Amino acid sequence: MMEFFWSTIWPVIIIAVQSVVLLVALLLFIAFILLADRKIWAAVQMRRGPNVVGPFGLLQSFADFLKFMVKEPVIPAGANKGVFLLAPLVTSILALAAWAVIPLNLGWAVADINVGVLYIFAISSLGVYGIIMAGWASNSKYPFLAALRSAAQMVSYEVSIGFVIITVLLCAGSLNLTKIVEAQAGPWGFLQWYWLPLLPMFVIFFVSALAETNRPPFDLIEAESELVAGFAVEYSSTAFLLFFLGEYVAIMTMCAMATILFLGGWLPPFPVPPFTWVPGVVWFVAKLSFMFFLFSMAKAIVPRYRYDQLMRLGWKVFLPASLAMVAIVAAVLQFTGLAPK
Amino acid sequence: MTALIQDYLPIVVFLAVAAAIGLALMAAPFFVAYKAPDAEKLSAYECGFNAFDDARMKFDVRFYLVAILFIIFDLEVAFLFPWAITLGELGTFGFWSMMVFLAVLTIGFIYEWRKGALEWD
Repeated sequence: MMEFFWSTIWPVIIIAVQSVVLLVALLLFIAFILLADRKIWAAVQMRRGPNVVGPFGLLQSFADFLKFMVKEPVIPAGANKGVFLLAPLVTSILALAAWAVIPLNLGWAVADINVGVLYIFAISSLGVYGIIMAGWASNSKYPFLAALRSAAQMVSYEVSIGFVIITVLLCAGSLNLTKIVEAQAGPWGFLQWYWLPLLPMFVIFFVSALAETNRPPFDLIEAESELVAGFAVEYSSTAFLLFFLGEYVAIMTMCAMATILFLGGWLPPFPVPPFTWVPGVVWFVAKLSFMFFLFSMAKAIVPRYRYDQLMRLGWKVFLPASLAMVAIVAAVLQFTGLAPK
Repeated sequence: MTALIQDYLPIVVFLAVAAAIGLALMAAPFFVAYKAPDAEKLSAYECGFNAFDDARMKFDVRFYLVAILFIIFDLEVAFLFPWAITLGELGTFGFWSMMVFLAVLTIGFIYEWRKGALEWD
């Protein structure tokens, strides 16, 4: 009996504790990231942003959370109730699930599986289901149109994200996220991370990530001047909060992917003592925050795209460009003999 | 425990914890929030009009087209994954096989571009 406990139950308890710690840390981080988003946006427009709740408005997100909790949950009479309630759950749970494989430091992943990239790619592909379900189940015109737009937009940019990931895999030679980060380590420090040799791919990844997570300037699914609030029109209370949360978790996942694939994950920018003394997780969070700062600035300074422009950019610019780069990177690695064995 | 379970058990546990957090958040307002539904509040939002009829209408065929194109290119990406991580071991033949495959797909892509399947206006 005791043997069974130590061999089977105990590891599960340890994993569960790790999962809870990671999820709570992630959600707390997002609470402040949300505030940072609003503060940066406000600063660009010469406003102050939230500054009433707590010092410098630091507790704003928690006040918003409480407000969502006590709002009346409304389920429209014409909606398919089951699917309507399932949609926000699907969105938020799938968004959170991607974080199971993300290594915050050497060995700091809840599940260090050997197909980590494939797992994240698969999970983020499923994200579109939550939005489709919400748009369909609401039985209202605006969510329906927004869900169609969103599905087309997300799948379009997923293709170019896939090709970008392929170029990184060609260089790293592994699907394991830890090994991809380790493949970027070397005496040249940050010049050796993949953002420099694969700079065009990094740019395509960043813009595609904006489109994939429906961030401005590609936030056409909630273009408030056309579709009111997109697929979430009929949602209130924590159902809306879960969509909102899912969106920001997906953004953080994309930032983490950019950090791991292009910015060397937890590696210090210079592999010499004063920098190597800092724990890897600090570098990881710093890079994550930097990527989010770029997301936030794009929201603040770039005007919204039109839908036809969005589809043209995805299919006629990014897809051919990333496809060509896959062939070029593969050819360079093949003919210089640099391909990882 | 076998190696496979050891690798993937954490994902199952993580999913369960995430699902628990999601469900708890989802269920909470049904217990704590004030509820006063009426017919107007529960009708679909229609910019001030009464809701006309069922909102599930016909939609543009181009959304289907995008979905079909997506399947082709996403499968291509799926094919590329195993090739990309073993390029160093595949040698010249493996490299050129994939280049021919990519070339065939590129011809298809050029065809659909010329046919106007990528136009949105």
